[in-house]
Amino acid sequence: MEQKKYWQSFGEFNNSEAYNQAVKDEFQEELPFESQTGLLETTSPRRDFLKYLGFSTAAAAVAASCEMPVKKAIPFANKPEDIVPGIANYYATTYVQDGEAVSVIAKVRDGRPIKIEGNDLCPLTKGGTSARVQASVLDLYDTARLRFPTIAGKEVTYEAIDKSIADAINSLGGAPIVVLTSSVVSPSTKEVIGQFLAKHPGSKHVTYDAISYNAITLANEIAYGKKAIPSYRFDNAKMIVSLSADFLGTWISPVEFTKQYAKGKRINEKQPEMSKHFHFESVASLTGSNADERFLHRPSEAGVVAVALLNAVNGQAITNITDEALKTGITKAAKALLASKGEALVVAGTNDVNVQLVVNAINEAIQSNGKTIDWSALYTLGQGSDADFAQLLDDMNAGKVGGLFVLGANPVYTWSDSAKVVAALGKVKLTVSFSGKLDETSKLIKYVLPNHHYLESWGDAEIKTGYYSLLQPTIYPLFKTRQWQDSLLKWSGATTDYLAFLKGFWSTKLGSEAAWDKALQDGVIVPAAATIGSAAYNASALSNAVSTIASAKKVTGIELQLYQKIGIGAGQSATNPWLQEMPDPISKATWDNYLIVSPAMAKTLLNIDLTNGGQADAYEVQPPKHVVEISVNGKSVKLPTLIIPGTHPSTVGIAVGYGRNAELGKSAVSDEGTPLGANVYPFASLSGKVVSFDVANVTLKDTGDTYKVALTQTHNVYNTSQGNRTEVMKELTLGEYKHNPLEIRAEREAELAPYGGIENFEKQGTIYPVYDRPGIKWGMSIDLNSCTGCGACVVACNAENNIPVVGKPEVLRGHEMHWLRIDRYYSGEDLNNPKVVFQPLMCQHCDNAPCENVCPVAATNHSSEGLNQMTYNRCIGTRYCANNCPYKVRRFNWADYTGADSFPNNQADVLNNVVLDMNDDLTRMVLNPDVTVRSRGVIEKCSFCVQRLQAGKLNAKKESRILEDSDVKVACQQACPSDAIVFGNANSTKSAITAHRKDNPNRLFLSLEQIHVLPNVTYLAKVRNIEEEGAHGHKQTHEGAAEHHTEATHH
Amino acid sequence: MVIIRRIFKITFVGLLFTLAFSFGNTLQAQDGKALFSANCASCHAINKKLTGPALAGVEDRWPDKKKLYAWIKNSQAFLKTGDAYANNLYNEYNKTAMNLFPNLTDKEIDAILGYINTAAKAAPAPAAGAAATAGAEAESDNSLLFGILTLVLAVVALILLQVNSNLKKLSDEKEGIAEGEPLPFWKNKSYIAMGVIALFMIGGYFTTRGAINLGRSKDYQPVQPIYYSHKVHAGVNQINCQYCHIGVYQGKQATIPSVNVCMNCHMAINEYKGEKIYDEAGEEVNGTAEIKKLYKYAGFEEGKPWDASKAKPIEWVRIHNLPDHVYFNHAQHVKAGQVACQTCHGEIQKMGEVKQFTDLSMGWCINCHRETKVQFKDNGFYSIYEKYHADLKSGKIDSTKGITVEKIGGTECQKCHY
Repeated sequence: MEQKKYWQSFGEFNNSEAYNQAVKDEFQEELPFESQTGLLETTSPRRDFLKYLGFSTAAAAVAASCEMPVKKAIPFANKPEDIVPGIANYYATTYVQDGEAVSVIAKVRDGRPIKIEGNDLCPLTKGGTSARVQASVLDLYDTARLRFPTIAGKEVTYEAIDKSIADAINSLGGAPIVVLTSSVVSPSTKEVIGQFLAKHPGSKHVTYDAISYNAITLANEIAYGKKAIPSYRFDNAKMIVSLSADFLGTWISPVEFTKQYAKGKRINEKQPEMSKHFHFESVASLTGSNADERFLHRPSEAGVVAVALLNAVNGQAITNITDEALKTGITKAAKALLASKGEALVVAGTNDVNVQLVVNAINEAIQSNGKTIDWSALYTLGQGSDADFAQLLDDMNAGKVGGLFVLGANPVYTWSDSAKVVAALGKVKLTVSFSGKLDETSKLIKYVLPNHHYLESWGDAEIKTGYYSLLQPTIYPLFKTRQWQDSLLKWSGATTDYLAFLKGFWSTKLGSEAAWDKALQDGVIVPAAATIGSAAYNASALSNAVSTIASAKKVTGIELQLYQKIGIGAGQSATNPWLQEMPDPISKATWDNYLIVSPAMAKTLLNIDLTNGGQADAYEVQPPKHVVEISVNGKSVKLPTLIIPGTHPSTVGIAVGYGRNAELGKSAVSDEGTPLGANVYPFASLSGKVVSFDVANVTLKDTGDTYKVALTQTHNVYNTSQGNRTEVMKELTLGEYKHNPLEIRAEREAELAPYGGIENFEKQGTIYPVYDRPGIKWGMSIDLNSCTGCGACVVACNAENNIPVVGKPEVLRGHEMHWLRIDRYYSGEDLNNPKVVFQPLMCQHCDNAPCENVCPVAATNHSSEGLNQMTYNRCIGTRYCANNCPYKVRRFNWADYTGADSFPNNQADVLNNVVLDMNDDLTRMVLNPDVTVRSRGVIEKCSFCVQRLQAGKLNAKKESRILEDSDVKVACQQACPSDAIVFGNANSTKSAITAHRKDNPNRLFLSLEQIHVLPNVTYLAKVRNIEEEGAHGHKQTHEGAAEHHTEATHH
Repeated sequence: MVIIRRIFKITFVGLLFTLAFSFGNTLQAQDGKALFSANCASCHAINKKLTGPALAGVEDRWPDKKKLYAWIKNSQAFLKTGDAYANNLYNEYNKTAMNLFPNLTDKEIDAILGYINTAAKAAPAPAAGAAATAGAEAESDNSLLFGILTLVLAVVALILLQVNSNLKKLSDEKEGIAEGEPLPFWKNKSYIAMGVIALFMIGGYFTTRGAINLGRSKDYQPVQPIYYSHKVHAGVNQINCQYCHIGVYQGKQATIPSVNVCMNCHMAINEYKGEKIYDEAGEEVNGTAEIKKLYKYAGFEEGKPWDASKAKPIEWVRIHNLPDHVYFNHAQHVKAGQVACQTCHGEIQKMGEVKQFTDLSMGWCINCHRETKVQFKDNGFYSIYEKYHADLKSGKIDSTKGITVEKIGGTECQKCHY
């Protein structure tokens, strides 16, 4: 049998028996039928049936005889002018998390922020968001937030704690106070800290970030005389080479970079040109998966690879690289960089000063400075200094620090030598924490004054030099929290509060209070004219760096790389259920921490040969995974193992951010109460002045135990005997595309030829009549070339549509509820380094929908606007529709995930703590009141955000005008940082969706078009910028064939 | 035995017919009722003069039914024909023009008239408040009639069956066929089965009807913390609805006014001097005392400046409740659809304490969506429906019927349920 073009799972790769079995069934778990043999043999026979019948009748009778409850309608006592009940207000504010700042708009409904949207006015992110930004609104309603100030764990008033701290400061006897923070991006806060330090002589401010960018700043200090991170302009780069920098996922400013990157990847069908991206990495990352070409190396080889690239760019020979594929890759990358001088960019994620110095040299060689690297706008994040913090620890241990005030930093958890931090904290007389939650560090601190959530705060953020974004409260503080700047001002003896201070600060800066009001409304202050600046380069340290790299000892054993998950980051989001349940873009795992190994290592370590169908199935079909003990230098953790292609054969990866303390919330711990996953920060080490997250000399041991990991990757696949239904993707290489632009069109045309071709397919492919769609016909188009698979849309959909969190046990059973999922496809024969394509898949709103015909109660049917409607109150839960859906996008409420059933607490035994916590009155404040909260026993699915469509139409009607694109933006579209999703009225000639489809006729395809379901979602095929014609199942080779086709296309 | 079976079958079919007939008839009456509620009820009652005359006996008063049709469809045009009866009527009601109903068909008008007739017969005495319940009584009257008819038929069938069995017994005796102990009819399985089936059907009918009405609360009129009279405010004093219900043009909720809105006027108006008000029980309401109640909520002491921050919200009892799975937006109806408040809330300007005017059932919503025209030509939004505009011009779509809400998808599930 011919090998399939795309594979989502190893079973599919091998076409194994278990895979073929699994795809036959719509619901992958055992259905709750007691017995297949006969009714009489079941354990719940006739008597039980009668009991249930009797109970239901009695319950119905009781419910029916209840009187209608008396409901109250309570208006405001004094209605605020700008609040109309039922109408949302939007306030510009800024998501700030440890230096990362994204300008956002908070949707506030009846006084409650319920959704975060990107701020279109921000010139950096241009309305884009990330999964973590989207999910941040849920943190506001986190039940684990601290609700009042405490002294040694006991609740006190602010008067008492202020007095107590003032006394404590006085009794320090002049011993210095240290303010320890993560990167502070707020200029006004820096001034507040300055005032506090001035008031307490000898004090200082130490910045420490869990994820360190020290190597970049230090290298830049040496090479450019500026200890800072410059702006990277991926939008100006035609050639991008990334050395382990996950710039689309977690590196520096991913939302901004995704926006820029997508711009370069968008192609004009008439002149198909796009940027090219080479990626060199050790552990499969989101950015590496999006790269046009990816090459693998050991983490310890990062320096060698950088030097080799420098040499190749300078026309010298590549030495020290033995891996042929890697060597070819470096040669190709260097050649491409040289061909695009001034329009190329090299970035590196390795936290090693020497590597960064070499990268600086490469960027100089390809003339990036002042073109794709902008020195006029410097990032304010990443100010943390690992060396300063190490020094602080020594000072604390030496008893030289009198007081420690902590905000944002959580060194007990994130510093590699946690015990040292704990000991040092014990030696400080006065410890104060402003953490909003009882994190690992705050637990050991005497005075805790919880800070506001950012949605309750005033503030400002300087994202880059000259680019400001402001914060304003969107809700009155929920608890007795106080903004930490207020505390500092109070203790500095200031008479004003922080709001007055901030207002004064900006009114002076902007010239008037009116200007401040305007800025607050917009949310951003942008520089008048942005020009790209350069900096003077000093190459003196380069030779030293190169020789240091060359002399480094070659590592031969297994290496470990610590990485950040897209959803969890450095660990700040580990307690957010939306992010924990969002399948990781690469591993498709939820709710867990795991060891990533390559298929090659799986063979030696776990004895799993993925090319052997049976063994692949044994690994893949059953959720329990091998638990491996990872030991380094006497420290060890045990974690389950996932096999992820795209990882170097000698490298393993583990995400940081897990192994948290139980006080942080229900999501941080497993159902048994033990921490979820393990903390791997202790594996990091301080090498020289910076913390390194690459670990050498790792010992792995298969413990023989197993642990269940909730993977969604193999859910929702379905084939039938009528034909293969997984072929839903189309992909091209740029070479192929230039050679034959009509390839996809021709493919479609040929496939549909028996039914009248593309043109007449709708009419001739069916016996049903073709219906009129006067007025509006909603349509969506997704450009797979722009989509990076980051998952922002998945979380945005969660927030907008009240999608329940189901918890790990339910995900294990295939009961996840996401309306929008991102399918990850591998292609190519190279199991260790395949190509990756992401496809967001939601209800396709088929005009000839198979689900509609089979509903016995007409709970799902079609609207005249082209929507496939799902009516929850009509649904009786037969699930025929889900069975008949070829895309497997319908979700069934197997349990009462939302607490919507009339009997309270009736699901306590069925669902886990996280789900019950989501039903807390506090957490439920995040629900969107315009969307029904679904109850048990009904099907749900993507509605194209029908509540937004209706609201948009109403706005147009109220103003008596034609509907415009700006009236309706669906949640996933709004959230997307790469603008991959276009939505609108496909009947209108002026809408963006019409233009999108019309301008891209050659890449346009419909998923599973041949089965004549007539989807309203179209896709634009991904074009990979490689010259060779590949990705068609036949084995790809990077040599020989590539050369041949390069020539062929340049005739 | 064969004969018994046949008779049984016939009776059964007869029963079915009877029941089906009674259902069918009820449906028709409901249509007329719905049309009446949607189109006429804001100005007319059956047995009471409102803005317009009481409609009981309207068919008899008009000399010619065709004239009546013409009058209802376009009263202004009909007046110009110089018809004496119409002009007298017009003058009698202070030259208040009757709304135009060009979209009503003769058939629909017949349905309305039919409803008026049944309702008028059901409650001949024009007692206060009877008009509202007239419909319900008329319905139950009908079912009673058919119930009696069914019962009579059943008794006749029973007698015939007895006669038949007696005859059979006689003939058997005559022919000398041995006969076992005769079974009394209450032990006869055929009779029992018939009885059970009849009970099941009748019981089922009432259960279903009861179940459908669960959670509906037409005529719900709870006692409110303050006797707030819409009649005094909106009726006598002609305060615009929007003055208090500010959200009605803007969004989902019409909004109940906050205390400070009340106090805008009641800072100055501190006693009630109007006509005497009577509550539902017929007892006089002391308007001034009710205003004092408001002051208590507002924390206002007469003669002193009012500190708005002392106000406490008034906990009104909510009357109009929709289930959580229904999305209803006031702006959509009032602003975009130009529907009058009274269409759904009844003659609010004549109500003392507010009463739920309709049952707020889905059938009621759908019915209105089927019959109401959208602002197709006036609202720019609808210009995108080019085909309909062309069809209207070419006459393919009846321009008197116009484009109804249903025509643009207003009866689709996800217009209200999402």
